Amino acid sequence: MIIAEGKPIQDILTMIEGFSKIIVAGCKGCVTVCSTGGEKEVGILASALRLARQVQGKSLEIKEVTLERQCDVEYLEPMREYADQYQAILSLACGAGIQFVAEKFRQHPVLPAVDTKFIGVTEEQGVWTERCQACGDCVLDRTGGICPVSRCSKSIFNGPCGGSKKGKCEIDPEVDCGWQLIYDRLRELGQLAKLETILPVKDWSRSRDGGPRKRIREDLKT
Amino acid sequence: MKAGSNLEKILTGGGFAVTGELGPPKGADVAVIERKANLLRGNVDAINVTDNQTAIVRMSSIAVSALLIRMGLEPNMQMVCRDRNRIAMQSDIFGAYALGIRNILCLSGDHQKFGNHPMAKNVFDLDSIQLIQTVKKMRDEHKMLGGDEIEGAPQMFIGAAANPFADPFEYRVIRLAKKAAAGVDFIQTQCIYDLDKFERFMQMVRDRGLHEKVHILAGVTPLKSVGMARYMKEKVAGMEVPEEIITRMKSAGKEKAREEGLNICVEQIQRLRQIEGVHGIHLMAIEWEEAVHAIVERAGLLPRPEIK
Repeated sequence: MIIAEGKPIQDILTMIEGFSKIIVAGCKGCVTVCSTGGEKEVGILASALRLARQVQGKSLEIKEVTLERQCDVEYLEPMREYADQYQAILSLACGAGIQFVAEKFRQHPVLPAVDTKFIGVTEEQGVWTERCQACGDCVLDRTGGICPVSRCSKSIFNGPCGGSKKGKCEIDPEVDCGWQLIYDRLRELGQLAKLETILPVKDWSRSRDGGPRKRIREDLKT
Repeated sequence: MKAGSNLEKILTGGGFAVTGELGPPKGADVAVIERKANLLRGNVDAINVTDNQTAIVRMSSIAVSALLIRMGLEPNMQMVCRDRNRIAMQSDIFGAYALGIRNILCLSGDHQKFGNHPMAKNVFDLDSIQLIQTVKKMRDEHKMLGGDEIEGAPQMFIGAAANPFADPFEYRVIRLAKKAAAGVDFIQTQCIYDLDKFERFMQMVRDRGLHEKVHILAGVTPLKSVGMARYMKEKVAGMEVPEEIITRMKSAGKEKAREEGLNICVEQIQRLRQIEGVHGIHLMAIEWEEAVHAIVERAGLLPRPEIK
Protein backbone atom coordinates (compact mmCIF):
# COMPACT_ATOMS: atom_id res chain seq x y z
CA MET A 1 0.00 0.00 0.00
CA ILE A 2 0.89 3.66 -0.15
CA ILE A 3 2.30 4.94 3.13
CA ALA A 4 1.78 8.56 4.16
CA GLU A 5 2.50 10.69 7.19
CA GLY A 6 0.54 13.65 8.54
CA LYS A 7 2.07 17.06 8.03
CA PRO A 8 2.87 19.15 11.12
CA ILE A 9 -0.27 20.97 12.30
CA GLN A 10 1.54 24.31 12.02
CA ASP A 11 2.15 23.76 8.30
CA ILE A 12 -1.50 22.91 7.81
CA LEU A 13 -2.62 26.01 9.74
CA THR A 14 -0.45 28.15 7.48
CA MET A 15 -1.98 26.53 4.40
CA ILE A 16 -5.56 27.17 5.53
CA GLU A 17 -4.96 30.73 6.67
CA GLY A 18 -7.57 32.96 5.09
CA PHE A 19 -10.19 30.22 4.88
CA SER A 20 -13.06 30.02 7.32
CA LYS A 21 -14.98 27.11 5.79
CA ILE A 22 -13.17 24.00 4.66
CA ILE A 23 -13.76 20.36 3.88
CA VAL A 24 -11.39 17.94 5.59
CA ALA A 25 -11.46 14.85 3.39
CA GLY A 26 -10.07 11.49 4.40
CA CYS A 27 -9.78 8.33 2.31
CA LYS A 28 -10.73 4.76 3.23
CA GLY A 29 -7.92 3.30 1.12
CA CYS A 30 -4.23 2.99 1.93
CA VAL A 31 -4.08 6.00 4.25
CA THR A 32 -6.70 4.44 6.49
CA VAL A 33 -4.70 1.22 6.74
CA CYS A 34 -1.52 3.13 7.64
CA SER A 35 -3.45 5.19 10.22
CA THR A 36 -2.79 8.52 8.53
CA GLY A 37 -5.85 9.67 6.66
CA GLY A 38 -8.88 7.60 7.62
CA GLU A 39 -12.06 8.60 9.42
CA LYS A 40 -10.33 8.62 12.80
CA GLU A 41 -7.50 10.87 11.64
CA VAL A 42 -9.96 13.22 9.92
CA GLY A 43 -11.75 13.65 13.25
CA ILE A 44 -8.54 14.24 15.18
CA LEU A 45 -7.17 16.74 12.64
CA ALA A 46 -10.48 18.64 12.41
CA SER A 47 -10.63 18.98 16.21
CA ALA A 48 -7.04 20.13 16.38
CA LEU A 49 -7.59 22.73 13.67
CA ARG A 50 -10.76 24.06 15.33
CA LEU A 51 -8.98 24.34 18.65
CA ALA A 52 -5.99 26.11 17.16
CA ARG A 53 -8.20 28.59 15.34
CA GLN A 54 -10.22 29.15 18.50
CA VAL A 55 -7.00 30.10 20.28
CA GLN A 56 -6.27 32.53 17.44
CA GLY A 57 -9.75 33.97 17.89
CA LYS A 58 -10.75 33.06 14.34
CA SER A 59 -13.66 30.87 13.37
CA LEU A 60 -13.29 27.73 11.30
CA GLU A 61 -16.18 25.66 10.00
CA ILE A 62 -15.19 22.17 8.96
CA LYS A 63 -17.09 19.55 7.03
CA GLU A 64 -15.60 16.19 7.92
CA VAL A 65 -15.86 13.48 5.31
CA THR A 66 -14.06 10.22 4.57
CA LEU A 67 -14.50 9.04 1.00
CA GLU A 68 -14.38 5.42 -0.10
CA ARG A 69 -11.34 6.34 -2.22
CA GLN A 70 -10.02 9.60 -3.62
CA CYS A 71 -8.35 8.00 -6.65
CA ASP A 72 -11.67 7.00 -8.29
CA VAL A 73 -13.96 9.64 -9.72
CA GLU A 74 -17.20 7.92 -8.67
CA TYR A 75 -16.27 8.24 -5.00
CA LEU A 76 -15.50 11.94 -5.36
CA GLU A 77 -18.90 12.82 -6.78
CA PRO A 78 -20.81 12.87 -3.46
CA MET A 79 -18.68 15.86 -2.39
CA ARG A 80 -20.36 17.95 -5.10
CA GLU A 81 -23.55 18.17 -3.01
CA TYR A 82 -21.90 20.44 -0.48
CA ALA A 83 -18.55 21.53 -1.96
CA ASP A 84 -19.92 24.91 -3.06
CA GLN A 85 -20.52 25.89 0.55
CA TYR A 86 -16.80 25.57 1.35
CA GLN A 87 -13.75 27.56 0.28
CA ALA A 88 -11.08 24.86 0.21
CA ILE A 89 -10.57 21.10 0.49
CA LEU A 90 -7.91 19.74 2.82
CA SER A 91 -7.21 16.17 1.76
CA LEU A 92 -5.64 13.40 3.84
CA ALA A 93 -5.31 11.07 0.87
CA CYS A 94 -2.05 10.14 -0.83
CA GLY A 95 -0.58 12.45 -3.47
CA ALA A 96 -2.60 10.73 -6.18
CA GLY A 97 -5.88 11.22 -4.34
CA ILE A 98 -5.15 14.86 -3.52
CA GLN A 99 -4.36 15.60 -7.15
CA PHE A 100 -7.45 13.82 -8.40
CA VAL A 101 -9.63 15.90 -6.09
CA ALA A 102 -7.89 19.02 -7.39
CA GLU A 103 -8.59 17.94 -10.98
CA LYS A 104 -12.26 17.30 -10.35
CA PHE A 105 -13.00 20.24 -8.07
CA ARG A 106 -11.51 23.02 -10.15
CA GLN A 107 -13.06 25.89 -8.20
CA HIS A 108 -11.47 24.82 -4.93
CA PRO A 109 -7.93 25.12 -3.72
CA VAL A 110 -7.04 21.55 -2.69
CA LEU A 111 -4.41 21.29 0.05
CA PRO A 112 -2.30 18.35 1.28
CA ALA A 113 -2.64 17.39 4.95
CA VAL A 114 -0.16 14.53 4.56
CA ASP A 115 3.19 13.79 2.96
CA THR A 116 3.10 10.70 0.77
CA LYS A 117 6.15 8.62 1.60
CA PHE A 118 6.40 5.30 -0.19
CA ILE A 119 4.90 2.00 -1.32
CA GLY A 120 5.45 -0.31 1.59
CA VAL A 121 4.24 -2.84 4.10
CA THR A 122 3.20 -2.98 7.75
CA GLU A 123 6.21 -4.64 9.27
CA GLU A 124 4.65 -4.62 12.71
CA GLN A 125 1.92 -2.53 14.30
CA GLY A 126 2.92 1.10 13.86
CA VAL A 127 5.96 0.32 11.71
CA TRP A 128 5.85 0.69 7.93
CA THR A 129 8.77 0.13 5.61
CA GLU A 130 9.43 0.73 1.95
CA ARG A 131 9.38 -2.12 -0.54
CA CYS A 132 8.74 -0.79 -4.05
CA GLN A 133 9.68 2.24 -6.14
CA ALA A 134 7.32 1.45 -9.02
CA CYS A 135 10.26 1.35 -11.44
CA GLY A 136 8.11 -0.39 -14.03
CA ASP A 137 10.49 -3.29 -14.72
CA CYS A 138 10.46 -5.84 -11.91
CA VAL A 139 13.63 -7.86 -11.28
CA LEU A 140 12.51 -9.71 -8.15
CA ASP A 141 12.89 -13.08 -9.89
CA ARG A 142 16.62 -12.43 -10.11
CA THR A 143 17.16 -11.02 -6.63
CA GLY A 144 15.52 -13.52 -4.33
CA GLY A 145 12.30 -11.53 -4.04
CA ILE A 146 14.08 -8.52 -2.51
CA CYS A 147 14.16 -5.30 -4.49
CA PRO A 148 17.56 -3.67 -5.05
CA VAL A 149 15.94 -0.47 -6.35
CA SER A 150 14.07 0.22 -3.13
CA ARG A 151 16.12 -1.69 -0.53
CA CYS A 152 19.63 -0.58 -1.56
CA SER A 153 20.36 3.06 -0.70
CA LYS A 154 22.17 3.42 -4.02
CA SER A 155 19.69 1.30 -6.02
CA ILE A 156 22.62 -0.61 -7.50
CA PHE A 157 22.10 -3.81 -9.43
CA ASN A 158 25.33 -5.60 -8.65
CA GLY A 159 25.77 -5.20 -4.94
CA PRO A 160 26.52 -5.24 -2.12
CA CYS A 161 28.88 -2.31 -2.50
CA GLY A 162 31.95 -1.79 -0.33
CA GLY A 163 29.89 0.02 2.29
CA SER A 164 28.10 -3.09 3.55
CA LYS A 165 29.08 -3.94 7.12
CA LYS A 166 27.65 -6.67 9.33
CA GLY A 167 24.46 -6.68 7.29
CA LYS A 168 23.93 -2.94 7.57
CA CYS A 169 24.15 -0.09 5.08
CA GLU A 170 26.85 2.58 5.17
CA ILE A 171 24.21 5.30 5.50
CA ASP A 172 22.90 4.15 8.88
CA PRO A 173 23.63 1.25 11.23
CA GLU A 174 19.84 0.88 11.63
CA VAL A 175 19.31 0.34 7.89
CA ASP A 176 19.64 -3.18 6.53
CA CYS A 177 21.93 -3.60 3.54
CA GLY A 178 19.49 -4.56 0.78
CA TRP A 179 22.11 -6.63 -1.00
CA GLN A 180 23.01 -8.52 2.18
CA LEU A 181 19.31 -9.44 2.40
CA ILE A 182 19.44 -10.56 -1.24
CA TYR A 183 22.63 -12.56 -0.57
CA ASP A 184 21.12 -14.28 2.48
CA ARG A 185 17.90 -15.08 0.68
CA LEU A 186 19.64 -16.49 -2.40
CA ARG A 187 21.80 -18.60 -0.12
CA GLU A 188 18.70 -19.97 1.63
CA LEU A 189 17.25 -20.80 -1.78
CA GLY A 190 20.49 -22.43 -2.94
CA GLN A 191 20.71 -19.84 -5.71
CA LEU A 192 23.94 -18.02 -4.85
CA ALA A 193 25.15 -18.69 -8.38
CA LYS A 194 22.72 -15.99 -9.50
CA LEU A 195 25.02 -13.39 -7.97
CA GLU A 196 27.73 -14.31 -10.48
CA THR A 197 25.69 -12.86 -13.32
CA ILE A 198 26.05 -9.16 -14.03
CA LEU A 199 22.63 -7.56 -13.96
CA PRO A 200 22.48 -5.32 -17.03
CA VAL A 201 22.12 -1.56 -17.22
CA LYS A 202 18.56 -0.72 -16.32
CA ASP A 203 15.97 0.74 -18.66
CA TRP A 204 14.88 3.67 -16.54
CA SER A 205 12.51 4.87 -19.24
CA ARG A 206 9.96 2.48 -17.77
CA SER A 207 10.29 4.29 -14.47
CA ARG A 208 9.28 7.89 -13.74
CA ASP A 209 12.34 9.01 -15.72
CA GLY A 210 10.47 8.23 -18.94
CA GLY A 211 7.89 10.88 -18.08
CA PRO A 212 4.46 10.52 -16.46
CA ARG A 213 3.23 6.99 -17.00
CA LYS A 214 -0.08 5.71 -18.24
CA ARG A 215 -1.54 2.25 -18.52
CA ILE A 216 -4.40 1.48 -20.88
CA ARG A 217 -6.51 -1.67 -21.11
CA GLU A 218 -8.51 -1.34 -24.30
CA ASP A 219 -10.83 -4.20 -23.34
CA LEU A 220 -11.93 -2.37 -20.21
CA LYS A 221 -12.40 1.06 -21.77
CA THR A 222 -15.95 2.27 -22.22
CA MET B 1 48.51 -1.86 -25.08
CA LYS B 2 44.99 -0.75 -24.43
CA ALA B 3 45.63 2.81 -23.36
CA GLY B 4 49.39 3.11 -23.20
CA SER B 5 49.49 4.77 -19.78
CA ASN B 6 52.52 4.51 -17.47
CA LEU B 7 50.47 2.41 -15.13
CA GLU B 8 49.47 -0.01 -17.87
CA LYS B 9 53.05 -0.30 -19.13
CA ILE B 10 54.41 -1.07 -15.67
CA LEU B 11 51.71 -3.60 -14.84
CA THR B 12 51.72 -5.39 -18.16
CA GLY B 13 55.52 -5.37 -18.11
CA GLY B 14 55.41 -7.36 -14.88
CA GLY B 15 56.53 -4.48 -12.68
CA PHE B 16 55.36 -3.70 -9.16
CA ALA B 17 53.33 -0.51 -9.45
CA VAL B 18 52.92 2.27 -6.93
CA THR B 19 49.94 4.60 -7.15
CA GLY B 20 49.24 7.56 -4.93
CA GLU B 21 46.20 9.63 -4.21
CA LEU B 22 45.38 13.30 -4.35
CA GLY B 23 42.21 14.73 -2.84
CA PRO B 24 41.22 17.90 -4.73
CA PRO B 25 40.62 21.11 -2.77
CA LYS B 26 37.25 22.40 -1.60
CA GLY B 27 37.56 25.27 -4.02
CA ALA B 28 39.48 26.45 -7.04
CA ASP B 29 42.91 26.86 -5.43
CA VAL B 30 45.43 25.32 -7.84
CA ALA B 31 48.28 25.87 -5.36
CA VAL B 32 46.89 23.10 -3.12
CA ILE B 33 47.02 20.67 -6.01
CA GLU B 34 50.54 21.72 -6.97
CA ARG B 35 51.81 21.31 -3.41
CA LYS B 36 50.35 17.81 -3.02
CA ALA B 37 51.35 16.75 -6.53
CA ASN B 38 54.96 17.78 -6.00
CA LEU B 39 55.14 15.62 -2.88
CA LEU B 40 54.03 12.64 -4.98
CA ARG B 41 56.26 13.41 -7.97
CA GLY B 42 58.89 10.73 -8.57
CA ASN B 43 57.42 8.51 -5.84
CA VAL B 44 54.41 7.04 -7.65
CA ASP B 45 53.57 5.87 -11.17
CA ALA B 46 50.09 7.35 -11.30
CA ILE B 47 48.02 9.52 -9.02
CA ASN B 48 44.40 8.77 -8.21
CA VAL B 49 42.29 11.89 -8.27
CA THR B 50 39.25 11.40 -6.10
CA ASP B 51 35.78 12.34 -7.33
CA ASN B 52 34.01 14.30 -4.59
CA GLN B 53 35.00 11.66 -2.07
CA THR B 54 32.69 11.13 0.90
CA ALA B 55 30.24 13.27 -1.09
CA ILE B 56 31.96 16.51 -0.17
CA VAL B 57 32.05 18.99 -3.03
CA ARG B 58 35.58 19.48 -4.34
CA MET B 59 37.23 20.46 -7.60
CA SER B 60 36.22 17.99 -10.31
CA SER B 61 38.42 14.94 -10.84
CA ILE B 62 38.62 15.66 -14.58
CA ALA B 63 39.91 19.19 -14.02
CA VAL B 64 42.49 18.11 -11.43
CA SER B 65 43.58 15.20 -13.62
CA ALA B 66 44.12 17.63 -16.52
CA LEU B 67 46.13 19.91 -14.23
CA LEU B 68 48.35 16.97 -13.23
CA ILE B 69 49.01 16.19 -16.88
CA ARG B 70 50.07 19.81 -17.34
CA MET B 71 52.52 19.24 -14.49
CA GLY B 72 53.94 16.18 -16.23
CA LEU B 73 52.26 13.67 -13.90
CA GLU B 74 49.96 10.79 -14.70
CA PRO B 75 46.45 10.83 -13.23
CA ASN B 76 44.13 7.95 -12.52
CA MET B 77 40.80 9.72 -12.74
CA GLN B 78 38.18 8.43 -10.34
CA MET B 79 34.57 8.54 -11.52
CA VAL B 80 31.60 7.80 -9.28
CA CYS B 81 28.08 6.84 -10.31
CA ARG B 82 26.45 8.96 -7.62
CA ASP B 83 26.36 12.31 -9.38
CA ARG B 84 26.01 11.69 -13.10
CA ASN B 85 23.82 9.66 -15.40
CA ARG B 86 25.05 7.64 -18.38
CA ILE B 87 24.78 10.67 -20.66
CA ALA B 88 27.03 12.87 -18.52
CA MET B 89 29.47 10.07 -17.72
CA GLN B 90 30.11 9.11 -21.33
CA SER B 91 30.42 12.76 -22.28
CA ASP B 92 32.93 13.32 -19.47
CA ILE B 93 34.92 10.25 -20.52
CA PHE B 94 35.24 11.70 -24.04
CA GLY B 95 36.38 14.99 -22.56
CA ALA B 96 38.78 13.32 -20.13
CA TYR B 97 40.42 11.34 -22.92
CA ALA B 98 40.71 14.45 -25.08
CA LEU B 99 42.53 16.13 -22.19
CA GLY B 100 45.06 13.28 -22.09
CA ILE B 101 43.62 11.16 -19.27
CA ARG B 102 44.32 7.46 -19.85
CA ASN B 103 43.43 5.75 -16.55
CA ILE B 104 39.94 5.69 -15.07
CA LEU B 105 38.75 4.19 -11.80
CA CYS B 106 35.08 3.21 -11.88
CA LEU B 107 33.32 3.51 -8.51
CA SER B 108 29.77 3.47 -7.18
CA GLY B 109 30.55 6.38 -4.86
CA ASP B 110 29.85 7.08 -1.21
CA HIS B 111 26.24 7.88 -0.43
CA GLN B 112 25.62 11.63 -0.11
CA LYS B 113 24.18 11.27 3.37
CA PHE B 114 27.53 11.98 5.06
CA GLY B 115 28.69 14.66 2.67
CA ASN B 116 28.16 18.39 2.82
CA HIS B 117 24.99 18.26 0.70
CA PRO B 118 22.93 15.48 2.29
CA MET B 119 19.75 16.92 0.72
CA ALA B 120 21.06 16.25 -2.80
CA LYS B 121 19.32 13.91 -5.22
CA ASN B 122 21.53 10.96 -6.10
CA VAL B 123 21.74 9.39 -9.53
CA PHE B 124 23.19 5.84 -9.64
CA ASP B 125 21.87 5.42 -13.17
CA LEU B 126 24.68 2.87 -13.59
CA ASP B 127 26.55 1.00 -10.89
CA SER B 128 30.34 0.58 -10.84
CA ILE B 129 30.24 -2.75 -12.67
CA GLN B 130 27.98 -1.37 -15.37
CA LEU B 131 30.31 1.65 -15.66
CA ILE B 132 33.25 -0.71 -16.29
CA GLN B 133 31.20 -2.38 -19.05
CA THR B 134 30.41 1.01 -20.52
CA VAL B 135 34.03 2.23 -20.63
CA LYS B 136 35.12 -1.09 -22.13
CA LYS B 137 32.42 -0.94 -24.78
CA MET B 138 33.50 2.60 -25.67
CA ARG B 139 37.14 1.50 -25.88
CA ASP B 140 36.88 -1.89 -27.59
CA GLU B 141 33.71 -1.68 -29.65
CA HIS B 142 33.89 2.05 -30.34
CA LYS B 143 30.27 2.26 -29.32
CA MET B 144 28.28 4.17 -26.78
CA LEU B 145 26.06 2.38 -24.30
CA GLY B 146 23.09 3.29 -26.48
CA GLY B 147 24.76 1.70 -29.51
CA ASP B 148 25.86 4.79 -31.49
CA GLU B 149 29.28 4.67 -33.14
CA ILE B 150 31.93 6.82 -31.48
CA GLU B 151 34.14 9.20 -33.43
CA GLY B 152 37.48 8.81 -31.71
CA ALA B 153 36.93 6.10 -29.11
CA PRO B 154 38.57 6.84 -25.75
CA GLN B 155 41.20 4.18 -25.01
CA MET B 156 41.16 3.98 -21.25
CA PHE B 157 43.02 1.66 -18.88
CA ILE B 158 40.11 0.60 -16.72
CA GLY B 159 40.29 0.30 -12.97
CA ALA B 160 37.89 -0.42 -10.14
CA ALA B 161 37.94 -0.87 -6.40
CA ALA B 162 37.60 -3.95 -4.25
CA ASN B 163 36.93 -3.99 -0.55
CA PRO B 164 37.96 -7.35 0.92
CA PHE B 165 36.73 -6.18 4.33
CA ALA B 166 33.14 -5.41 3.48
CA ASP B 167 30.48 -8.01 4.12
CA PRO B 168 29.57 -10.66 3.25
CA PHE B 169 33.21 -11.75 3.07
CA GLU B 170 32.54 -14.80 0.88
CA TYR B 171 30.85 -12.55 -1.68
CA ARG B 172 33.80 -10.18 -2.08
CA VAL B 173 35.65 -12.44 -4.45
CA ILE B 174 32.46 -13.02 -6.45
CA ARG B 175 32.13 -9.27 -6.87
CA LEU B 176 35.74 -9.07 -8.01
CA ALA B 177 35.01 -11.83 -10.52
CA LYS B 178 32.07 -9.79 -11.80
CA LYS B 179 34.33 -6.78 -12.23
CA ALA B 180 36.83 -8.94 -14.11
CA ALA B 181 34.04 -10.28 -16.31
CA ALA B 182 32.87 -6.72 -16.94
CA GLY B 183 36.33 -5.97 -18.34
CA VAL B 184 38.33 -4.28 -15.62
CA ASP B 185 42.11 -4.14 -16.12
CA PHE B 186 43.25 -3.28 -12.61
CA ILE B 187 41.91 -3.23 -9.09
CA GLN B 188 42.84 -1.01 -6.16
CA THR B 189 41.73 -2.30 -2.79
CA GLN B 190 40.43 -0.56 0.29
CA CYS B 191 43.15 0.18 2.89
CA ILE B 192 44.44 -3.04 4.34
CA TYR B 193 45.36 -3.34 8.02
CA ASP B 194 44.21 -6.91 8.58
CA LEU B 195 46.84 -8.71 6.50
CA ASP B 196 45.68 -12.18 7.56
CA LYS B 197 42.19 -11.55 6.27
CA PHE B 198 43.60 -10.04 3.08
CA GLU B 199 45.71 -13.15 2.54
CA ARG B 200 42.57 -15.28 2.88
CA PHE B 201 40.92 -13.03 0.31
CA MET B 202 43.88 -13.37 -2.07
CA GLN B 203 43.77 -17.15 -1.70
CA MET B 204 40.16 -17.06 -2.90
CA VAL B 205 41.21 -14.73 -5.73
CA ARG B 206 43.92 -17.17 -6.83
CA ASP B 207 41.58 -20.15 -6.50
CA ARG B 208 39.45 -18.52 -9.17
CA GLY B 209 42.45 -17.52 -11.27
CA LEU B 210 41.45 -13.85 -11.02
CA HIS B 211 45.02 -12.75 -10.24
CA GLU B 212 45.88 -13.66 -13.81
CA LYS B 213 43.01 -11.67 -15.26
CA VAL B 214 43.36 -8.40 -13.36
CA HIS B 215 46.24 -6.53 -11.76
CA ILE B 216 45.60 -6.10 -8.06
CA LEU B 217 47.08 -3.13 -6.23
CA ALA B 218 46.84 -3.48 -2.47
CA GLY B 219 45.66 -0.35 -0.66
CA VAL B 220 47.66 1.02 2.26
CA THR B 221 47.22 4.13 4.40
CA PRO B 222 49.80 5.21 6.99
CA LEU B 223 48.32 5.89 10.41
CA LYS B 224 49.09 9.26 12.01
CA SER B 225 47.80 8.52 15.48
CA VAL B 226 46.01 5.99 17.64
CA GLY B 227 42.94 8.19 17.27
CA MET B 228 43.03 7.75 13.50
CA ALA B 229 43.40 3.99 13.91
CA ARG B 230 40.35 3.89 16.19
CA TYR B 231 38.38 6.13 13.84
CA MET B 232 39.19 3.87 10.89
CA LYS B 233 38.12 0.82 12.88
CA GLU B 234 34.90 2.24 14.22
CA LYS B 235 33.66 4.87 11.82
CA VAL B 236 34.83 4.07 8.31
CA ALA B 237 32.48 1.77 6.42
CA GLY B 238 34.08 -1.46 5.39
CA MET B 239 37.38 -1.03 7.24
CA GLU B 240 39.03 -3.41 9.65
CA VAL B 241 41.90 -2.48 11.96
CA PRO B 242 43.23 -5.32 14.14
CA GLU B 243 43.66 -4.65 17.85
CA GLU B 244 47.39 -5.36 17.51
CA ILE B 245 47.84 -2.29 15.26
CA ILE B 246 45.91 -0.11 17.68
CA THR B 247 48.09 -1.35 20.55
CA ARG B 248 51.27 -0.58 18.59
CA MET B 249 50.08 2.95 17.81
CA LYS B 250 49.08 3.45 21.43
CA SER B 251 52.40 2.18 22.83
CA ALA B 252 54.35 4.50 20.53
CA GLY B 253 52.99 7.47 22.45
CA LYS B 254 51.97 10.80 20.98
CA GLU B 255 55.54 11.86 20.12
CA LYS B 256 56.42 8.81 18.10
CA ALA B 257 52.98 7.91 16.71
CA ARG B 258 53.71 9.13 13.19
CA GLU B 259 57.01 7.27 13.10
CA GLU B 260 55.30 4.08 14.22
CA GLY B 261 52.59 4.68 11.60
CA LEU B 262 55.29 4.78 8.93
CA ASN B 263 56.95 1.65 10.33
CA ILE B 264 53.67 -0.27 10.22
CA CYS B 265 52.98 0.93 6.69
CA VAL B 266 56.42 -0.12 5.40
CA GLU B 267 56.11 -3.53 7.07
CA GLN B 268 52.69 -3.97 5.51
CA ILE B 269 54.03 -3.17 2.05
CA GLN B 270 56.86 -5.65 2.49
CA ARG B 271 54.41 -8.36 3.46
CA LEU B 272 51.98 -7.43 0.67
CA ARG B 273 54.77 -7.70 -1.93
CA GLN B 274 55.21 -11.35 -1.01
CA ILE B 275 51.59 -12.22 -1.78
CA GLU B 276 51.14 -13.92 -5.12
CA GLY B 277 48.84 -11.88 -7.32
CA VAL B 278 49.56 -8.49 -5.73
CA HIS B 279 51.02 -6.39 -8.53
CA GLY B 280 51.46 -3.13 -6.73
CA ILE B 281 50.36 -0.91 -3.91
CA HIS B 282 47.94 1.96 -3.82
CA LEU B 283 49.27 4.35 -1.21
CA MET B 284 46.59 6.62 0.18
CA ALA B 285 48.37 9.04 2.50
CA ILE B 286 45.24 10.94 3.39
CA GLU B 287 46.21 14.59 3.98
CA TRP B 288 49.75 13.34 4.71
CA GLU B 289 51.38 13.44 1.31
CA GLU B 290 54.69 14.34 3.04
CA ALA B 291 54.92 10.71 4.18
CA VAL B 292 54.82 9.22 0.70
CA HIS B 293 58.47 9.64 -0.22
CA ALA B 294 59.73 8.11 3.03
CA ILE B 295 57.36 5.14 2.80
CA VAL B 296 58.16 4.32 -0.80
CA GLU B 297 61.89 4.76 -0.20
CA ARG B 298 61.96 2.64 2.94
CA ALA B 299 59.88 -0.03 1.22
CA GLY B 300 62.60 -0.27 -1.41
CA LEU B 301 60.36 0.90 -4.22
CA LEU B 302 62.54 3.77 -5.44
CA PRO B 303 63.47 4.86 -7.98
CA ARG B 304 60.23 4.46 -9.90
CA PRO B 305 60.80 3.10 -13.40
CA GLU B 306 61.22 5.66 -16.19
CA ILE B 307 58.60 4.99 -18.81
CA LYS B 308 59.23 6.00 -22.39
